[in-house]
Amino acid sequence: MSDVSRVDPAVSSRSPSWLVRFFDGDVWASFKRSKLTMVAATLTLMFFLGALLAGFLSPQDPFDPAQLELMNSRLPPLWNAEGQSPFLLGTDEQGRDILSAILYGLRISLLVGFLGVAFSATLGITLGLLAGYLGGITDTIIMRIADVQLTFPAILIALLIDGVVKAVLGGNLDAGTTLSVLVVSIGLSFWVQYARTVRGSVMVEKSKDYIAAARLIGLPPTAIMIKHILPNVTGPVLVIATINLALAVITEATLSFLGTGMPETMPSLGTLIRIGNNYLFSGEWWIVAFPGIALAALVLAINLLGDWLRDALNPKLR
Amino acid sequence: MTIRTRYLAVSAAVLLAGTALPAMATTLRYANQGDLKSLDPYTLNETTTNAHLGHVYEGLTRRGKDLAVQPGLAEKWEISDDGLTWRFFLRKGVKFHNGNPFTADDVVFSATRVRAPGSNFQTRVPSSAEFVKVDDYTVDVKLKSPNPILNYQWDTWYIMDKEWAEANNTAGPTPAAATTPSYSALNANGTGAFKIESHQPGVKTVFKANPDWWTKPEHNLDEIIFTPINSDATRVAALLSGEVDVIEPVPLQDIARVNGTPNAQVMTGPELRTIFLGFDQTRDELLYSNVKGKNPFKDPKVRQAFFQAIDIETIKSRVMRGLATPSALMIAPELFPFSKDFVRPKYDPEGAKKLLADAGYPNGFEVGMDCPNDRYVNDEAICQAVVGMLARVGVKINLMAQPKAQYFAKVLKSGNYQTSFYLLGWTPGTFDSHNVLFDIEGCRDDAKSSRGESNLGNYCNKKHDELADKILVENDTAKRDQMIKEAFQLTTSEFGYIPLHQQSLAWGVSKKVKLSQRADNSVLLYWARKE
Repeated sequence: MSDVSRVDPAVSSRSPSWLVRFFDGDVWASFKRSKLTMVAATLTLMFFLGALLAGFLSPQDPFDPAQLELMNSRLPPLWNAEGQSPFLLGTDEQGRDILSAILYGLRISLLVGFLGVAFSATLGITLGLLAGYLGGITDTIIMRIADVQLTFPAILIALLIDGVVKAVLGGNLDAGTTLSVLVVSIGLSFWVQYARTVRGSVMVEKSKDYIAAARLIGLPPTAIMIKHILPNVTGPVLVIATINLALAVITEATLSFLGTGMPETMPSLGTLIRIGNNYLFSGEWWIVAFPGIALAALVLAINLLGDWLRDALNPKLR
Repeated sequence: MTIRTRYLAVSAAVLLAGTALPAMATTLRYANQGDLKSLDPYTLNETTTNAHLGHVYEGLTRRGKDLAVQPGLAEKWEISDDGLTWRFFLRKGVKFHNGNPFTADDVVFSATRVRAPGSNFQTRVPSSAEFVKVDDYTVDVKLKSPNPILNYQWDTWYIMDKEWAEANNTAGPTPAAATTPSYSALNANGTGAFKIESHQPGVKTVFKANPDWWTKPEHNLDEIIFTPINSDATRVAALLSGEVDVIEPVPLQDIARVNGTPNAQVMTGPELRTIFLGFDQTRDELLYSNVKGKNPFKDPKVRQAFFQAIDIETIKSRVMRGLATPSALMIAPELFPFSKDFVRPKYDPEGAKKLLADAGYPNGFEVGMDCPNDRYVNDEAICQAVVGMLARVGVKINLMAQPKAQYFAKVLKSGNYQTSFYLLGWTPGTFDSHNVLFDIEGCRDDAKSSRGESNLGNYCNKKHDELADKILVENDTAKRDQMIKEAFQLTTSEFGYIPLHQQSLAWGVSKKVKLSQRADNSVLLYWARKE
């Protein structure tokens, strides 16, 4: 007890520096004002927790074929007369528990989403910084590539890259490699937005006095770019990243729905919807409905968060 | 008001006239999950394509509703005592759709064309067989060795018009890989019940009844409109809404729904196709496995363990919804009278584990599996079920399920048999056991012979092949069946393959249409009648 009381002042003197600043700040205030945003944030948090704790929450590991019992296939949800415990949302053709499959599928969808966003953000920010700061021929080359890529829909580019990589690597890919291929193809199809935004911000910042001062004292360009310019462009990048997370999840689901994404033995949400789509006519609606609802809710929640973040970080809208 | 009533009356009259007109011409609309690419009858040897072209073209023989061989363009044939010369007497007065008469020249021409490079039907006619025109309506076929089943696959060796083919610069067959369609891929000139009215590959093909057909038609159709509909749900919806009259196949999960509607029903029946699993038994090390330096599938105990780990009854009841017949043999019971003497080894996962331990894999091993996902009924679902069942005896399967185009390109001869463990289906084109013994179970000898061409894992037993050669030339049915039984016993005792089941036919048919369902899954509409 006495130990704690001795430590307390130290903690309280340090933590308010950013915590208090955050809770007193405009962003938190605007969050508290918007009920919709709070619902979206709760939903997103639930999805993230569900994905993280999938191993504890689900009655079955849907990726382990030894745990699937074919005799349990196509059971309706629990509230239905023929439903069986522990399959709350029913089972699919292979006896896979739909709830477990959604939680594990969510994990894959979010993993691909986050990695894809991280990949595209890293690539886009680096290229944007280079283009904006160096200008000249570097700028021209990078931005013309970006312009060309912008004329194609992102899903088309993702499909193209996915197809080319698979043709190069050969057909026999395990689930892990397929996942990496998805991340790369999604990453490569979304970098343009980051590059354009960052480049624009860099052009603005570059001409300001503090950069001139940094140059004057002889800092190398890399240091200027990373230490002085980058922190000033994080706001817009954060907004793009949030919206792109939703887009990446949707793109992954589309690729998997088309059959070029995750395999049926390790399904993501898109794969689950593809599987369930075959049973739309036969009355086994739960196989497609629940993964579909989960995907729609996830994407909607993240999008709402992204919209709020964009407004909250935009000083002109306040 | 009056103007409006008159307008209504006129439009009603127009509507009535509109519905009355097509009733005069009987049109049957048919949708299949796969499309009809080329009209060249020597491009792709696939059941659905062969059935489509069977409306337009005919062979020297035909097969009836019970699959019995019947005279077709040849009225009759005689075999010499030494079995080396077959004399075919051609039907007189038969005309191709363009009016050209059908003669011996056309048969000799077709025999050359079907064996030319680029043809997918080269095995239809032995390469050493010599076709000699005796007169306009008699052809001799001279063989190097006797072949009692010479004409068993000739119902789908379609005879083409020599003059037409040469005039249109298509004297050679169109290869399946051809990128620009030849004249014969877009046009057709057969002797059959229907003429091609128009053909848009992958979109729509219109067949018109041939009024000059040499025989009295059983059908009462004036027109067939074929459209491919790939999506299961869309195909079923088209049937239920009356947009099409016949669909093939009906997805298993929708059979109850289709049968529950007043205007359509599902025709089911056993199909002759056997679905089975095969192992790579020829490489010293498997392409896709964690076992290095040796091939576990060379050990019959491992193959037996796989066999006993598979619960075929559960696959039947859950994956196939009861619409499959578990099989102990690589051939359908309808095609081999002694099939009932064979039984599958019992489902016994404990025994399988023990066998794996005996073979030196107490903890199992990992192996890749190849599987098509749009070729057979629920093919991918079967593979997934197999993965789960083998996981329970400790074998980890890495499943690779892909569309048939990529799958076949990988595992067949043209793809250098790149597979360790696979699912395949086979209907013997001759409807005879020898085809299975030769194509599926025969030792591969790629350089010298086409034996074992579809034996992807190269299961090989020389004694079995000697029997197969004897079976080909044996004329005494009882003796022949006995030898076939011996040959199959060799394969089953060594667990060369894991036969799974014969899948079921599922055709969706409007109640206005009467069809004959043939067990090889050929949708032949020259037997169709529509009200």
